[in-house]
Amino acid sequence: MNAIELTHLDIAYGPTRVVHDVSLAIAEGESFALVGESGSGKSTILKAIAGLAPDWTGEISVLGSPRAHRPDRGFAKSCQMVFQDPYGSLHPRKTVDDCLAEPLAVHGLKGRDGRVKAVLAAVGLDQRFRFRYPHQLSGGQRQRVAIARALMLEPRILLLDEPTSALDVSVQAEILNLLKKLRREQGLTYLLVTHNLPVVSFLCDRLAVMRHGRIVEVAHVEALKRGALAEPYSRELYAASGGTLQPA
Amino acid sequence: MTGPLLSIKNLTVTFPTPKGPVDVVRGISFSLGRERLGIVGESGSGKSMTGRSILKLIRPPGRVTADEMVFDGIDLMAESERRMRALRGARISMVMQDPKFSLNPVMTVGEQIGEALQTHRPMPRRQLRARVLEMLHAVRINEPDRVADLYPHEVSGGMGQRVMIAMMLIPEPDLLIADEPTSALDVSVQAQVLDIIDELVTGKGMGLILISHDLNMVARYCDRILVMNGGEIVEECAARDLDKARHPYTRGLLAAMPRMDEDREELPVLDRTAWAAT
Ligand SMILES: Nc1ncnc2c1ncn2[C@@H]1O[C@H](COP(=O)(O)OP(=O)(O)OP(=O)(O)O)[C@@H](O)[C@H]1O
Ligand SMILES: Nc1ncnc2c1ncn2[C@@H]1O[C@H](COP(=O)(O)OP(=O)(O)OP(=O)(O)O)[C@@H](O)[C@H]1O
Ligand SMILES: [Mg+2]
Ligand SMILES: [Mg+2]
Repeated sequence: MNAIELTHLDIAYGPTRVVHDVSLAIAEGESFALVGESGSGKSTILKAIAGLAPDWTGEISVLGSPRAHRPDRGFAKSCQMVFQDPYGSLHPRKTVDDCLAEPLAVHGLKGRDGRVKAVLAAVGLDQRFRFRYPHQLSGGQRQRVAIARALMLEPRILLLDEPTSALDVSVQAEILNLLKKLRREQGLTYLLVTHNLPVVSFLCDRLAVMRHGRIVEVAHVEALKRGALAEPYSRELYAASGGTLQPA
Repeated sequence: MTGPLLSIKNLTVTFPTPKGPVDVVRGISFSLGRERLGIVGESGSGKSMTGRSILKLIRPPGRVTADEMVFDGIDLMAESERRMRALRGARISMVMQDPKFSLNPVMTVGEQIGEALQTHRPMPRRQLRARVLEMLHAVRINEPDRVADLYPHEVSGGMGQRVMIAMMLIPEPDLLIADEPTSALDVSVQAQVLDIIDELVTGKGMGLILISHDLNMVARYCDRILVMNGGEIVEECAARDLDKARHPYTRGLLAAMPRMDEDREELPVLDRTAWAAT
């Protein structure tokens, strides 16, 4: 069974269509990257899968079941999204503790204290941050809270929108190691949006390169590592990241 | 002009916490000419607080003290809030780390850029629209006509950042503080946007403080680099010598970066007990 299947997916905001005819199949346990131009629709694809961009046509199926056009509670237990913007995604008047415990309450799950402690440790946040508010945390600390919250329900799929772009390289390394370990231990599937190609190289099996709302290339990470991506735009991104191009 | 553009001596930023006051910036000193200074360091090391202090944007209960904080002969510590407001934007501007937070949610992107233009240099409406589109185009936004009419929540992460950058560059400030200005941009747009900033530094003699955790980017676009850890400056070096950095903390940061042909199963991380952050 595929974890995520997109078939001829078009997504619009009102009159403007921003994603055109995207088809992808991501296997269970796979780690797949979406990279490409700013504004090309990467976040929009993640939002559509999560039910947050309702205006789409085509097919979206997650773990074998077709997706509806809005968020639903059962879905939240199997698939969670981490948002690009660590500032907007945390409620300003809720403590870290409230924010992490909330998904448990919504799903009627017990063991709040133990789970919150464990997940804070897992994302490398000291327990003293537990009762702070978002404005008392740095950007990177907030992003770790956002990742921690997504892990609370122990989902099988994580949709990760630039999960480390607000993080310094050392915290990024911790989060990347953490994501790799979680995947190894729990067989998680990742759909990861990033503009950092070395992150793709470390964490992903395959990548899709997007431009102007379309996928221009799907490649194995080996092609990225060797600098052998095929499409001119992919090669431009690779060169702008400081990579040395090789023949495709 | 003689003397540096900005001179800071013994800057400290303190926040009260349940366990007593904590210094998140601890007595740092540096000066800046009409040059490009990078500040790197891990999350929570005090980079943003340092940038915000210069504009006196630390809100209570946070407290700022300094023996000296002088910008172009102006004693910032002694300036009133009213006079700081006149300085902000016009002579010193800051691209905040949280672009969507800093944009007005109920005004379109185009209206906001227009307002920034009007304040700087009044002009007739028709001309204004054309200048707004030109600015959006300059920061490499496709379809500027459509994007100008979007509200902040309707633009992508990278578009929001570029809108902020456009607004901050309009008044042609003497000092630009850019806090993670390109963290949401794809690499090719990132390079283009930094080139625009770079033109202003070299062409108009603007000073730049570029705050980032991207060591490669800072090494490429700055002349000098300060490395911060736990509220202190632990290393200062010429940008081109970053790869020869000595301090174990800086070396740790360099090693933690994934590479394009990454084959390590695990990335080395800093020993947090040795580098206790605040
Ligand atoms: N709520 C919205 N209403 C209208 N247009 C929107 C909305 N959200 C996004 N868009 C538009 O959809 C397009 C794709 O945006 P999206 O956020 O998916 O881009 P992205 O690939 O994630 O870019 P980035 O790398 O900059 O985050 C952009 O042109 C954006 O302006
Ligand atoms: N209101 C506050 N109360 C207590 N501590 C605070 C407050 N605001 C910020 N801090 C602390 O100040 C320290 C420095 O924060 P700052 O935002 O300068 O970090 P930074 O170096 O910019 O990090 P990042 O790379 O994550 O943006 C952090 O440890 C943060 O938790
Ligand atoms: Mg995005
Ligand atoms: Mg910061």
